[in-house]
Amino acid sequence: MELTNIKADFPLLVNRKIAYLDSGATTQKPFPVINAINEFYKNYNANPHRGAYSLSMEATEIYENTRTKIAKFINAKHREEIIFSKNATESLNLIAYSYGLENLKKNDEIVISIMEHHSNLVPWQKVAKTTGAKLNYMYINDEFEISDEEIQNKITDKTKIVGITHVSNVLGTINNIDKIIKYAHKKGAIVIVDASQSIPHMKIDVQKLDADFLVFSGHKMLAPLGIGVLYGKKELLNNMTPFLMGGDMIEYVHEQTTTYAPLPNKFEAGTQNVEGVIGLGSAIDYIENIGYDKIHEIEAEIVGYAIEKLSKIDYLTLYLTPNREHHSSVISFNIKGVHPHDVASILDNYGVCVRSGNHCAQPLLRSMGIDSTCRASFYFYNTKEDVDKLLEALDKAYKIFEKYITNSAKKS
Amino acid sequence: MEDLTDVYNELIMEHSMNSYNKKKLDSADYCQIGHNPNCGDEITLELKLNDNIIEDMAFSGHGCAISQASTSIMIDTLKGKTLDEAKEIIKTFIGMIKREITDEEELKKLEDAIAFKNVSNMPARVKCALLAWHTIEDILNKN
Repeated sequence: MELTNIKADFPLLVNRKIAYLDSGATTQKPFPVINAINEFYKNYNANPHRGAYSLSMEATEIYENTRTKIAKFINAKHREEIIFSKNATESLNLIAYSYGLENLKKNDEIVISIMEHHSNLVPWQKVAKTTGAKLNYMYINDEFEISDEEIQNKITDKTKIVGITHVSNVLGTINNIDKIIKYAHKKGAIVIVDASQSIPHMKIDVQKLDADFLVFSGHKMLAPLGIGVLYGKKELLNNMTPFLMGGDMIEYVHEQTTTYAPLPNKFEAGTQNVEGVIGLGSAIDYIENIGYDKIHEIEAEIVGYAIEKLSKIDYLTLYLTPNREHHSSVISFNIKGVHPHDVASILDNYGVCVRSGNHCAQPLLRSMGIDSTCRASFYFYNTKEDVDKLLEALDKAYKIFEKYITNSAKKS
Repeated sequence: MEDLTDVYNELIMEHSMNSYNKKKLDSADYCQIGHNPNCGDEITLELKLNDNIIEDMAFSGHGCAISQASTSIMIDTLKGKTLDEAKEIIKTFIGMIKREITDEEELKKLEDAIAFKNVSNMPARVKCALLAWHTIEDILNKN
């Protein structure tokens, strides 16, 4: 693939002429993904697993082939270990309900990190409350990372479930999930990895990691909104009860009882988001075509450039680890003394899209003593020009506020 | 928007950064929290009534310039008004931000709060401007 003009593959980025720096929220979609969905509706649309006619068989084949593609993509041992969901949130809820509620008891411990997205936090509060288990947190150190000591202090013999985000959606910190998984397994706990912020940027190998569960959303990796994946080890998934009941997840249904279909259908009740699955398949092709090495190379250059420039600006506070190799593509920052929502509005006025707020991670921000940040998140279609636009817009925002910012706020 | 100083104007900036209304009342009749969960803005509004006149108000909390200034300027505008006058002003302010009321004559009763007129051009900021006004609505509806 010709890499000189990746942006040209993304119609929205061409049409809107914006510096889109919110890929951590959702990525833009390239032509091949948009075309694949278009093609499905023009030539293949039918309900998979239902019809005996050839059109439905073809739809089934496309749907199931994508499952195989995803299994290969994350190196799952069995294709039926891939369950389609709405998004990472639904995948995590499935695990919380079908594994957590069924397997935890009073005084067991659930350990998650303070940097979890609400989607990997609120479900565990519910599980803890219902089962009487304790919810404990691994906190970050001064470098916005979870130290080895913290891992060893918090994961104990009582720990049954560890939930950890691979990459923080606020800090960009890449957690040492390899170490966490090994240590948790030593203590007899299973580990759930939220790969939503990592899989768009780095190769995931579930067997090498030995992750028990791993979840991600398609829309953060070029695929459409509304499609997500749950990976689970076969023996775990087999022993779990279904999360949603309905069509296609059954074997025999009697008036009072039902037996369930084997994996993966057991966890895919009702007509599925087939266009989402097809879009996700196409997104994976696109990513593999460019290659994770190249993606890493592009992002390292652009994010590195952004960090270099942003760290030199006195009026900014950055919230990121100094260890570049532990940092992904998300940069949280604040203009000292100015609320991030105001900053984001002003940046928007200059065609720069960043997110502001608590990024669905209120406990993390509270533990850092702040309410909200601005967040610029990058993907391989971003350019140094996007970073320059951000820098110029930040200067303009600062100028609007400069004379009103009190001295005490400037130092904070 | 062409010129951001239409929104981030002198009055709004002064009120957002150093508001004299950001304090505690010695004895408040009402205390109400207003919260925008999506952005985290939070204010606590205190109100002291003298018969049916708003004798004093104050606020505490944190949030963006628009939400903080809107709270402070609302207090200036409503202090000394009767409850009925206050209700009318609140209705007009919400109408202005939602672009349902555009008549200049009608908007005059908003006094300084008219400074927020251009927020109606920034859909993402409407809820920031309205936070305090919805919060006082909650108080007055109880009355």
